[in-house]
Amino acid sequence: MSYHVNGKTFSEQPAAGQCLRTFLRDLGWYGVKKGCDQGDCGACTVWLDGVPVHSCLVPAYRAEGAEVTTIEGLGSGGQLHPMQRQFLEAQGFQCGFCTAGMIMTASTLSAEEIAHDLPRHLKGNLCRCTGYHAIEDAIHGVRTVEADCPGHSAGAGIGAPAGPLVVTGQARYTLDTAMEGMLHLKVLRSPYAHARILSIDTSAALTVPGVHRVYTWQDVPRKLYTTSIHEDFRVDPNDTYMLDNVVRFVGQRVAAVVAESEAAAEEGRRQLVVEYEELPAVFDPEEAMRAGAPTVHDRGEDAFIRQPERNILIDIHGNIGDVEEGFAEADVIHEGTYAAHRGQHAHLETHCAIGWVGEDGRLNIRTTSQSPFICRDKLCYLFGLGLQDVRVFCERMGGGFGGKQEVLTEDLVALAALDTGRPVQWEFTREEQFIGSTYRHPMWIEVKLGAKQDGTLTGMKLRIVSNTGAYGNHGGETLYHACSEAVALYRCPNKKIDAYAVYTNTVPSGAIRGYGLTQTIYAVESAMDELARALEMDPFALRQQNVIRPGEPMLSLGDEVSDAEVGSYGLDQCVTLVRDALARGNGVGAPGPEWLVGEGVACAMHDTAPPTEHRSEARISLLPSGNYELATGTAEFGNGTTTQHVQIAASLLGTTASRIAVVQSDTDRTGFDTGAFASTGTFVAGKAVALAAEALRDRILAFAGAQLGVPCELCRMDDDGVICGEGRISLTDLHAAAEAAGHQLGLSRKAYGSPRSVAFNAHGFRIAVHPVSGEIQLLQSVHAADAGTVINPMQLRGQVEGAVSQGIGWALFERIVLDEQGQIVNPRFRDYRIPAYADIPRTEVYFADTCDAIGPLGAKGMGECPINPVAPALANALADATGIRFRELPFRPDLIFQPIFEKHGMGMA
Amino acid sequence: MNLNTIEEVRDATAAERAGFAWQAGDSWLAGGTWLFSEPQADLRRLLDLRAFGWEPLEVDDAGLRIAPTCTIAQLYAFVPPLDWAAAPMIGECCRAFLASFKIWNTATVGGNICMSLPAGPMTSLMTSLEGAYTLRGLDGRERQVPAIDFVTGNHQNILQPGELLRAIALPASVMRKRAAYRRSTLTHMGRSTALLIGTAGSPEEAFTLTVSAATPRPVQLAFPRVPEAAELRERLLAAIPDDGWFSDVHGTPAYRKHMTLYLAEQIRAELATA
Repeated sequence: MSYHVNGKTFSEQPAAGQCLRTFLRDLGWYGVKKGCDQGDCGACTVWLDGVPVHSCLVPAYRAEGAEVTTIEGLGSGGQLHPMQRQFLEAQGFQCGFCTAGMIMTASTLSAEEIAHDLPRHLKGNLCRCTGYHAIEDAIHGVRTVEADCPGHSAGAGIGAPAGPLVVTGQARYTLDTAMEGMLHLKVLRSPYAHARILSIDTSAALTVPGVHRVYTWQDVPRKLYTTSIHEDFRVDPNDTYMLDNVVRFVGQRVAAVVAESEAAAEEGRRQLVVEYEELPAVFDPEEAMRAGAPTVHDRGEDAFIRQPERNILIDIHGNIGDVEEGFAEADVIHEGTYAAHRGQHAHLETHCAIGWVGEDGRLNIRTTSQSPFICRDKLCYLFGLGLQDVRVFCERMGGGFGGKQEVLTEDLVALAALDTGRPVQWEFTREEQFIGSTYRHPMWIEVKLGAKQDGTLTGMKLRIVSNTGAYGNHGGETLYHACSEAVALYRCPNKKIDAYAVYTNTVPSGAIRGYGLTQTIYAVESAMDELARALEMDPFALRQQNVIRPGEPMLSLGDEVSDAEVGSYGLDQCVTLVRDALARGNGVGAPGPEWLVGEGVACAMHDTAPPTEHRSEARISLLPSGNYELATGTAEFGNGTTTQHVQIAASLLGTTASRIAVVQSDTDRTGFDTGAFASTGTFVAGKAVALAAEALRDRILAFAGAQLGVPCELCRMDDDGVICGEGRISLTDLHAAAEAAGHQLGLSRKAYGSPRSVAFNAHGFRIAVHPVSGEIQLLQSVHAADAGTVINPMQLRGQVEGAVSQGIGWALFERIVLDEQGQIVNPRFRDYRIPAYADIPRTEVYFADTCDAIGPLGAKGMGECPINPVAPALANALADATGIRFRELPFRPDLIFQPIFEKHGMGMA
Repeated sequence: MNLNTIEEVRDATAAERAGFAWQAGDSWLAGGTWLFSEPQADLRRLLDLRAFGWEPLEVDDAGLRIAPTCTIAQLYAFVPPLDWAAAPMIGECCRAFLASFKIWNTATVGGNICMSLPAGPMTSLMTSLEGAYTLRGLDGRERQVPAIDFVTGNHQNILQPGELLRAIALPASVMRKRAAYRRSTLTHMGRSTALLIGTAGSPEEAFTLTVSAATPRPVQLAFPRVPEAAELRERLLAAIPDDGWFSDVHGTPAYRKHMTLYLAEQIRAELATA
């Protein structure tokens, strides 16, 4: 038997139950990706005799005799297939992990299918990054990529440097590599929400052929730490052991098995015998705070945990003025409790890592992390290693959205690699992604607002209860964020906030786009809308009257001084852009006369960097070829910072982005970076790049001027050379001259995430709601963003569209369900629906015209914040359409239909 | 995904030959699109039905005979006789799959029926068009069952260990009836929360309504003619008690009941007009 793939013949044979996806990867065709391994996401799409199939569902042996085509086999004679070219020209990708599957699907569609039935034909291809607009453009052959001109790169919608590799399946993601002697790790996870492990019998597991090691809590360093990633580890509680003898949620790690193959590791795992003593569990944070509730963490060793006996990880209390007096002055009071639920990142590349000990005895970790540097530091702490003993690096990553601001795989992989001396790989399944990673913090937010009849706010009071789950990781910092910009956006003399992050025996919450703030913006912006209705005021007008203006302090918890300031102010423009667009309409009407139609808007403000420490270094050098190499520590996971960085550098060096090669996210090869989170890729890392590029430019000009005997002021960069007065010297010659003179044309600069600025967003929806079914149709979606100087308009639009899409999914139908034992009942994409192309309307995206005083080239990060106003704008539109206020997310038809039907639909059914 | 516990895949025609013994851990393999989508820790051996080489679709005066190994793509491409007024239900039910059209190239009609999920579109199709199944036991003996009796609950059916769905028959008499289709989903093109099909020759002839997806197993109501709205509603409520609606993440029981009543009335109204 032989197999034919992309015109080549292979004599290797698959295992009996092997699927085609892994067989193709075993043969080296890494363009075939795993997003779910269950047929739901389409990332593994290949052709069997020209017919597209999901290769994860096809028994490998059935490909015998067929011609298999993967993304690597598309196109011919070195030419891209037209669909590959189209995906490049419309940049129909961000992280690129779904791209091979998208292209292998789209390239089989007829013009008729594309024109009239694209939603159905794309429903088996999930993309979490783009919001599908750019993919739609690509499939329709719309070119959106703009040309790059020397010195004017910033501001142009140029394509990502990795684009050609992404569309051909050549981009290397974390597991797209083979290593001799690789071992595989699998983890047994807890079936109980709270239990003490009495014993683990590993003897049978260790007799399974191929099994090398079993690790239990007795085999790991007994060091408390936190899986969350921050520059300063003390901002998070040390409440976690690598493996523990108490499990606190269903899905927590119990033991790890290391074997020659995944199959052997799985069999070893099945042979483990664990004796548990079940402990009482608590799932609701309000219950958890009551006296007598089960205690999730009974150790109390970490001073960070404020009240372990009441399960309070941290409580925050803020007070400005006298809120009760403010309410006494008010003509109208609004009170409501808003529930913001769990949401998954659903990045298509699951958590995974490969670890090995190099010939030099150093530990190497190849991983998918938003912060290789802090990951390295944690591994050094856990294993007692020096910083010089460990290298952590990332190649291309398949999405993150905050989920990879966490050390979830690297520790066990490091343990096994150090112990066995062999390379060890661990790849999360999609189910593990749901039961063993992290979520958006569920929050219950009581809001009380008081206002004068003219709309002036007199009092704002919030009580926030955040469910951090079984571990504290990001619970504290997200709670601080929840307490900040949502309230600080509004000028009000009296503010009071009481907030609690609470342990429960549920899957831990973590970092995710918006980082705690999205939840409170949902609550406050919904409440402001309700207040406007109570005042019979236009919701735009109420906001315009009360939002802060440039120069005003941004206060929420207190009136201390802050390093955050309004470096640019585009909120007024955002509001106007959204209002005008909704007023213009888009010609899309409700599907029928019985549908209820309404509009809603919301605003949001977001700090451009975290309050915790954040720093970044950029190194840039002129190469002998006359091109440049830029090394940055920050990681690229589809957020597009690489493109921005080369644009910034190219602009300052008077050249094009194509002349700048990038080295990134590698603790051996780049300077330090705290991590690609908190929207710092542009604001902090981009600033380091700008500082370095400027400094190198000045050094080049000075050296060139000296070489040609021309004053420096008369020299300027000219793409691949320098013009010095009447003369010109090429950069290759300049490099040679510098080398001969022992003069270094390379340097590094560091940037720090302070002072911080603020970015603004506004979103508007016009929706139709069916009075009987409760179905919501999005007729018009409008977003305005104030990102300061727009470095790459196409890419910025993509970030906005992707965030809006995630916001829509979270607000309308994504929903995690826990059963009475605390177990997640829907840990798979077919049951936790994320938006498909059919679910997402085209959002009109507008940019405010501002230039930030703090950000690099006047730019502000926009990776997270566009998600913030989406859910409240939808909530407000739903209230406008139906006259009924829904305060609990998501607004899924089966959860909202009853009151709508009773009010509007009775005559129709 | 890899099914790492599988030790052997055998040609299923082996089951026809002497010396074959069905064992615990055996499973028939049709398209494999469900089997390979979940870990199957209890399975050791797969018996591949492809070797039978059954003709996917055969039409004669009696109606349409479908092999269990017929793929969804083959069924979707079927060109029916001109007088089969109910034939559009075939396309509707194929499009009711949550799964991509690409899965249709691998997934089979029989596989979907035997998986017996409440939202299985092939179960909806075969029950509402009053199909019959031929089941073949390990001893080679065959039995005929009405499609409506096959699924007994969520992921449950009447198959005995080793028993095989051998053929599906849709009667021409039903295919010639008018049919009306309604479906409710929580997301665009998502999984069915309720899928209802009604058939009637004319408003004065027998009317059959089949409710699927909303209930753990399909529920079929027969009327001598298209009923009045109140009668239909009464019969539905009598046939499906309040605890008889399916509950999972794709819809609450209350919603399934609500939408079933709403969609049933639309079907009734559609078929009540000549």
